[in-house]
Amino acid sequence: MDDKIAFVFSNNLLNYKFRQGHPFDQKRIELTIDLLKEIGALSSSQMILPRMATDEELLLVHDPTYIEAVKKAGKGKLSIEQAENFGLGTEDTPIFPNMHEASAIVVGGTLTAVDFVMEQQGKHALHLGGGLHHGFRGKASGFCIYNDCSVAIQYIRKKYDAKVLYIDTDAHHGDGVQWTFYDDPNVCTVSIHETGRYLFPGTGNIYERGHGQGYGYSYNIPLDAFTEDDSFLFAYRKTVSEIARFFQPDVILTQNGADAHYYDPLTHLATTIRIYREVPKLAHELAHQYSEGRWIALGGGGYDIWRVVPRAWALLWLEMTGQVEKATGTLPKRWLEKWGNRSPVSLPETWDDPENLYPPIPRKSEIEEKNRITVEKALQILKG
Amino acid sequence: MLVEEMMVTDVITLKKEDSIKNAVDLMKEKKIRHLPIVDRTKTLIGIVTDRDIRSAVPSIFCIDKQKEFLNKPLETIMTTDVITAHPLDFVEEVAATFYKHRIGSLPVVKKEKLVGIITQTDVLKTFVELTGTNQPGTQIEIRVPNKPGTLADILQQIRHFHTNVLSVLIYPDKMKAQSKIIVLRLGTINPNPIINALKEHQYEILWPNLSGYHNG
Ligand SMILES: [Zn+2]
Repeated sequence: MDDKIAFVFSNNLLNYKFRQGHPFDQKRIELTIDLLKEIGALSSSQMILPRMATDEELLLVHDPTYIEAVKKAGKGKLSIEQAENFGLGTEDTPIFPNMHEASAIVVGGTLTAVDFVMEQQGKHALHLGGGLHHGFRGKASGFCIYNDCSVAIQYIRKKYDAKVLYIDTDAHHGDGVQWTFYDDPNVCTVSIHETGRYLFPGTGNIYERGHGQGYGYSYNIPLDAFTEDDSFLFAYRKTVSEIARFFQPDVILTQNGADAHYYDPLTHLATTIRIYREVPKLAHELAHQYSEGRWIALGGGGYDIWRVVPRAWALLWLEMTGQVEKATGTLPKRWLEKWGNRSPVSLPETWDDPENLYPPIPRKSEIEEKNRITVEKALQILKG
Repeated sequence: MLVEEMMVTDVITLKKEDSIKNAVDLMKEKKIRHLPIVDRTKTLIGIVTDRDIRSAVPSIFCIDKQKEFLNKPLETIMTTDVITAHPLDFVEEVAATFYKHRIGSLPVVKKEKLVGIITQTDVLKTFVELTGTNQPGTQIEIRVPNKPGTLADILQQIRHFHTNVLSVLIYPDKMKAQSKIIVLRLGTINPNPIINALKEHQYEILWPNLSGYHNG
C-alpha cells in the first residue's frame, strides 16, 4: 500500500487562461477536484502547493530570449511582429496578462511533484495543471507556453541523475518533449497518439526513433483515426510494458492528456472512459516493478471539460491512491446538480460510459490490424 | 527555391592524380558516395562515384590485380562528361534532372569553378519543407470546383482567424473530374473555427470528417 501521495494544486494554476471560450480551460481541474471531494477521495492533507519555477530552471530547456519575450508579452510590451516569432499572440496561444507568472507556476508545480517523489516524501505525485508537452525551446505551440515536462525531465537528470521513462497518452504527439531529448539515451520517450496525417502537430511516426546516442530511446505509436478502446489498450500495454522492461527506468513520468475520448472536439479517436481506468493502472504497476514506485503523473490535453476530463482525471488519482473501487455506478448527485446547469452539454450520470456511446465504426477490423502492425514495427528495434 | 540555398558548400574533393584507394577510403570515412575531381584552380574536371568504383574493380579473386587497380590514378575511372547544376537553378529543375538521368548528386558549378554539391536528400528535404510538414500543424483537405477565384475565397475566410497557413497544395480530384482538392497545412492545434467557417460557405471538407471515412 502506498503511504503518502501528493496532489499538487493551488488556485494560481487557474491563471493559465488564454481567454473566454478558448478550448484550453483549466476549469476542468476544479471539476475534477470537486468530484473527488464529493466521493471522499481527496483530503486537504494530501494537497500540496506548487512553487514558482525560477528563470534558471526554465533555462534548463528554454531560450533566454523566449523567456524574455513571454515576460514582456504578459506586461503588454511585446509587439505583434516580435510575438509572432515566438508563436505568441496566435489563436492557439493568445497573449494574456502576466502570462509568464501563470506559466512559470505550471512548471513549478511539476517540479514540486518531482521533488516530492525524488526526495522520497511519498511514492507518487499528481499535477493536473502540467503536461504541456508541445512547448518548444524558443516557441509556444499547441496551447503550451513553457514545456513543464521537458523542464522537469532535465531537472531530474541534473539534480538526481535518474533515468526517466516518459509515457505520453495524450491524443496529440508529444513533440516538444521528444525533440528535447532526441539524442539523450538516459531519457526514453514514448508517445501513443492519433496519427499526424491530419492531426496536429503532424509528427510522431514510428521512424522517429532518436538520434546519435539517443537512437532507440524515442518511440511513437501513431494510431489510426477512430481507434477504439481494445485496440488503444492493446497498443498501450504492449508498447509500454516492453519498453519499460528494456529501459529499466529509475522514475516514470506520465503525461495523461484526456483528449483521446470519442467526445473530444479536437481529435478523432473513439475511445471511452475505460481507457482512463486502464492506462494509469499499468503505469502504476510498472512504477512499482522497475522504479521503486517513483511515479509523477501530469495532466495535458482534454477539451471536453464536462463529460470526459473530470471522470478521466479522477480515475487517475483514484488509481494512484488505490481507491478505484470508489468509482463505480453513478456519479455523486451533488456534483451532477452543481455542475449540470452550468454545462452546455448534459453530463453523464455514471462513472463508466454506456455500451452504445457512438454508432459502430466502419472498417473497425482494418483499423485494428493497422494498429497492430504499427506496434510491431515500432517495437522491432527492441528485438535486435 | 534556388540551388544556392540548398547546396552544401563545404565540398570534399580529390585531384585526378590521387589514387582510387584514396577515393575508397575517403568515401568510407566521410560516408559519401560522390567525389568531384578538381584541378588546382578548383575547376571541375570530373566526378567519381561509388558505383564507378564498384563496376571497375576487378574480381575479388585476383588480389594482385585488385591492388594494382587501387593504386591507379582517379583519372582512369572518372566521368569527365559531368552533369552539373548552376547556383541559380530551381529546385524543380534539379529534381527533374535527378529523375531523368537517374543520378544521386550534382556538382554545382559557377564560371567553371566548383562551388557546391547538391544531393537527392537535399532536394527531398526542401520538398518536405515546401509541404510544411516540418512545422507543427494540422492538415485539412477541401474539395472545390475547378474555377478561378476559389483559392482566394478560401484564404479570405481563413484571414479572419489569426492562423498561419504553412503550405498550400492543389491536386486533381481522382473521384470528380470537375473538381480539385486543396490541401492546407495550418499552424494551429484547433482547426475547428476555420472548418466551421468554410462549411458555412458551402465548402466540402474531406478531412477531418467526424462522420466517418470520406472515401470508404
Ligand atoms: Zn492533446
